[in-house]
Amino acid sequence: HSAGLHYPGASVPAYSTFCCLSGDEQDLNERLKRLYPAVNEEETPLPRSWSPKDKYSYIGLSQNNLRVHYKGHGKNHKDAASVRATHPIPAACGIYYFEVKIVSKGRDGYMGIGLSAQGVNMNRLPGWDKHSYGYHGDDGHSFCSSGTGHPYGPTFTTGDVIGCCVNLINNTCFYTKNGISLELSNLRLPNLYPTVGLQTPGEIVDANFGQQPFVFDIEDYMSEWRAKIHGMIARFPIGDRLGEWQAVLQNMVSSYLVHHGYCATATSFARATQTMIQEDQTSIKNRQRIQKLVLAGRVGEAIEATQQLYPGLLERNPNLLFVLKCRQFVEMVNGTDSEVRCLAIRSPKSQDSYPGSPNLSPRHGASNPHLHTGGTESPTCSNGVTPLKSKNRSSIKYPSASSSASSSTSSSPSSINYSESNSSDSTKSQPRSANSTQETSDSEMEIEAEHYSNGVVDGSSARIMNGTYKHEEILQPDDNSVDEECSNGRQLCGGNQAATERMIQFGRELQALNEQLCREYGKNAAHKKMLQDAFSLLAYSDPWNCPVGQQLDPTQRESLCSALNSAILESQNLPKHPPLMLALGQATACVQLMARVRSGSCSFARVDNFLH
Amino acid sequence: MQEVTATSRHYVDRLFDPDPQKVLQGVIDMKNAVIGNNKQKANLIVLGAVPRLLYLLQQSSSGLDLRTECAVVLGSLAMGTENNIKSLVDCHIIPALLQGLLSPELIFIEACLRCLRTVFISPVTPVQLLYTDPTVIPHLMSLLSSSQKTQEYITQIFSLNAHTHKNTHDDAPLLCVQTSDHQTVLFNHSAVQHIAPLLISPSYKVRMQALKCFSVLAYENTQVSMTLVNVLVDGEPLSQVFVRMMQRDQPVEMQLTAAKCLTFMCRAGAIQTEESCIVLKTLPCLVRMCSKDHLLEERVDGAETLAYLIEPDVELQRIASTTDHLVAMLADYFKYPSSVSAITDIKRLDHDLKHAHELRQAAFKLYASLGSNDEDIRKKITDTENMMDRIVSGLSESSIKVRLAAVRCLHSLSRSVQQLRTSFHDHAVWKPLMKLLQNAPDDVLIMASSTLCNLLLEFSPSKEPILESGVIELLCSLTQSDSPALRINGIWALMNMAFQADQKVKVEIVGCLGTEQLFRLLSDPDNSVLMKTLGLLRNLLSTRPHIDQIMSSHGKQIMQAVTLILEAEQSIEVKEQTLCILANIADGNTAKDLIMTNDDMLQKIKYYMSHSSVKLQLAATFCISNLIWNEEDGSQERQDKLRELGFVDVLHKLSQASDPNLSDRAKTAMQQYLA
Repeated sequence: HSAGLHYPGASVPAYSTFCCLSGDEQDLNERLKRLYPAVNEEETPLPRSWSPKDKYSYIGLSQNNLRVHYKGHGKNHKDAASVRATHPIPAACGIYYFEVKIVSKGRDGYMGIGLSAQGVNMNRLPGWDKHSYGYHGDDGHSFCSSGTGHPYGPTFTTGDVIGCCVNLINNTCFYTKNGISLELSNLRLPNLYPTVGLQTPGEIVDANFGQQPFVFDIEDYMSEWRAKIHGMIARFPIGDRLGEWQAVLQNMVSSYLVHHGYCATATSFARATQTMIQEDQTSIKNRQRIQKLVLAGRVGEAIEATQQLYPGLLERNPNLLFVLKCRQFVEMVNGTDSEVRCLAIRSPKSQDSYPGSPNLSPRHGASNPHLHTGGTESPTCSNGVTPLKSKNRSSIKYPSASSSASSSTSSSPSSINYSESNSSDSTKSQPRSANSTQETSDSEMEIEAEHYSNGVVDGSSARIMNGTYKHEEILQPDDNSVDEECSNGRQLCGGNQAATERMIQFGRELQALNEQLCREYGKNAAHKKMLQDAFSLLAYSDPWNCPVGQQLDPTQRESLCSALNSAILESQNLPKHPPLMLALGQATACVQLMARVRSGSCSFARVDNFLH
Repeated sequence: MQEVTATSRHYVDRLFDPDPQKVLQGVIDMKNAVIGNNKQKANLIVLGAVPRLLYLLQQSSSGLDLRTECAVVLGSLAMGTENNIKSLVDCHIIPALLQGLLSPELIFIEACLRCLRTVFISPVTPVQLLYTDPTVIPHLMSLLSSSQKTQEYITQIFSLNAHTHKNTHDDAPLLCVQTSDHQTVLFNHSAVQHIAPLLISPSYKVRMQALKCFSVLAYENTQVSMTLVNVLVDGEPLSQVFVRMMQRDQPVEMQLTAAKCLTFMCRAGAIQTEESCIVLKTLPCLVRMCSKDHLLEERVDGAETLAYLIEPDVELQRIASTTDHLVAMLADYFKYPSSVSAITDIKRLDHDLKHAHELRQAAFKLYASLGSNDEDIRKKITDTENMMDRIVSGLSESSIKVRLAAVRCLHSLSRSVQQLRTSFHDHAVWKPLMKLLQNAPDDVLIMASSTLCNLLLEFSPSKEPILESGVIELLCSLTQSDSPALRINGIWALMNMAFQADQKVKVEIVGCLGTEQLFRLLSDPDNSVLMKTLGLLRNLLSTRPHIDQIMSSHGKQIMQAVTLILEAEQSIEVKEQTLCILANIADGNTAKDLIMTNDDMLQKIKYYMSHSSVKLQLAATFCISNLIWNEEDGSQERQDKLRELGFVDVLHKLSQASDPNLSDRAKTAMQQYLA
């Protein structure tokens, strides 16, 4: 079993989904993404052009608002005029850079290139006023929020390319001339906009916010800071806790394996490291079995098994149950749920021979020798950590579920609305997994194997914030029977009439359940949407190729699977999420927080730089 | 001591055991005993372990294990003091190890190479030993393909083997300079082709040593540099490989060495100075090395290499002067040891002290390069905080390297008229400069006297005080030096000094230099010395009273010298300068007679008036014009004599010359007859 992790990066900016981008725009997007990977443009868009609104009247813009020309009288400094970029520089850039080419120096060449905060007078050159900075062409002076500049660099004129680099890690700024960096100066202002100012007729400059390759090698400069920050992280002192370190790491690995039910791996890991596993083996295997059922699309069986092994769990989580049932309906459409499978497939035996790991207990709760009806609840510990397994407790006694039907009617007023976040997760994740799983048509087995073998964890940034994550089970390679279902052409409910009728009936039950939940807990928009989407599948002749067909994708089972797993663990007073994922989530959230509090080093301290 | 020797003797004794297995164990035990123990190493050497180890190493009857262990122990001994190395070299360890490289066993070869590497790293080992046997280098080249270890050791030997030459060359910013002979030997054995692929080795050490090899090979070597430009490594031009190695996330050592390679290739003419790999990569990389973020050694190395890169190119000097505020950054080089380190941290103080001289001389060198052409940059440098004071104190530092670099910097700045008039005078730089000129070694003397030449220019306010300090004698002695550069500077300074000088000064110069030395200089093999001497004569023979005075005392010798030069095979410039002297003589009152009574000389003048060179015609015409000038005593007689000699006809002809200057001059002269 590979327990490898892959952690998601920042969410993809919205513009990348535009269908018709010109080549130039695509170049720009790619370059910006490469330069500033940590920037979430939904929160903090990058400057891409000059703002037609945020400029003085003497400024004219052309060529997609990249070219600036002067159209005033240019008699004296009172005729100076500036323009700001559309957006301020996001702190998550870490290091930001733009260039301006002097197309014409005009009459006197009084161009000023620099930065200014919003609200700074635009009837001035950058640098003259508070909260603005500028490098001026006529005298080569630098102006730092003052009417008097100081000698800084060479003068610049027609044909020169002037760059401005803002380092948000150490709050410095420097200019470049024709690819050569000039002196460094300090900067102590948040939210600065790229700014350019002109003062005499004929002055024309072109901006490059990434539309073209830069003359100055900014990526080389960035690589130095990336190396610096990675070095800082690598050398971060651990100090006295060095001894504890190993134990912490072992616990992280072990708990992760246990959480996902990698039973054999967890056991051998524990043996090798001489550590203890916090959960009973049988319990791990039970969870593993339920997860496998969900991932195989046999949700009905999963519900049944859950009810048998963890009685009362779903009753206390009606929302989770509803989501499960919704999924069951979708799987019926898919033809994978056992309720329709047994009707569709000639040999009903095949469903019984669930080939789990060899030491997996038999499937049906009633005949399960390990489960004893009416047993006591396993002792729990208030901190959510199960006490270490004592030697004499070879098996845990769970009360067996009385019937599967009871779950749909029973309800618990004390249950919290757990599945809310979960259901929104699953809808959110739809567009994301589109690319990787669109081609699942003929061999689900292959796709799943590819998908799971990396142990890929998928999740949007919002979920990471909450410390949740999405889990994928690794299927046993010999798990054929589960995965053959789609190979013989896809038809509604496997093309079986009886199955279709059963599905329709189930749909009605589901509808009834929803109404009941509404009555008891009030309307739930997420549930309504879910139900609608599920039922919409029936409106199309080929549900797999329809606007809501995404639901049928096997990867959609994953979030549900992890939610169920978490609910089970929670019911056993075990952590809902493995500490490893919490730590990752914590780190990722930290980096995002750094971006929000304008700590520039976040751009080079990205968590995914450390995950391989 | 006795006890220690006793245990050491035990180790040596075991090397003579008849049982080869026991000998092997003895060598292994010895290996463990000497690691990190310099005293033990010295003892074993004194007790004669080395010859025995070498014997065992060379015996083919010794097993592979034994021979390898012997090489390892010898390598360990070589890690000790310089004396250890000397003893090893004296025992002929190098030929023995080189012989060992012929073995078929890689493990033994690697041990020998490692030991060789350690021996050659030491400055006490003569590099030549690697080159005496012509088969050695080709064999080392062939071993380069054997393993990563052989690659690492061999490239290190190639790149380090001239360590002893460090800093003998005053322009060299280098760690090591190989003599060009060795460069050629390596080059002829395809070093470039063999080592280039190692630049992309998976081992960092190999990449680094290979890079160092190239920096050593390319230094001041056009042939190697030109070849390097066309080398491809895995399809990529070598210069691009170097550029990649300069990327900012690479280790500093690698960035710096790659920048050196490109610098040397550029200075050798293989890469143009305006190419982007120089302007946008090498130069900024070297400037970066000068920043406070780097180790003191790196800052020294960076500044020296940058100074070397930009030395001949004003555009690079301009770019460097604006990059990252380099001029101000360099001012920090003078702040070591810092006042803080003195109190708080002895170790730091020691470190600072050790590098303080190096830092200062590197900064001076770089300032010198930066300011060698551009007036604005010079101003920027002299405006830097306390700059002139620093130069002044640098001129009298104990370290000769600092003194030399300081005077170079001063020399560079002295090319500015404005600085000569202002900062140089304000800081009385002439005082320490004069002091420096006393008993200084030649390289310092050359720079100092060259600077002095500029300080003696007529518009320099320092000229007066220098004259009063009795500099003439010193300059006259310089003209007797064996070094042409010193002779030129001496006579040049005298020439500048004599320009529009007082009678007293001129007399002093002539008196001090002596006519004999003057004539010697007029026959100097170096043409520039001759030119400056003529210039001195010309300056001495200005204004009428001075001409008459000097000609009355030295007329005979001077006329002799003039005759000699005019008769000899000399360049146009020399003859022009000589004719100008003659024209000056003709301007005197009494001195005129020296020409008028010399018919031979008059014939010569006539000859040059019809010379094919307009320059010479003009100078000769000047001379005649002075002789026939109306308002002076005896002009009538002179006019008559010259008419008799046919000069009027010549002038007439010249008045129709195509060159306007010449015809004007001839017409003016003709008018003297009409008046």
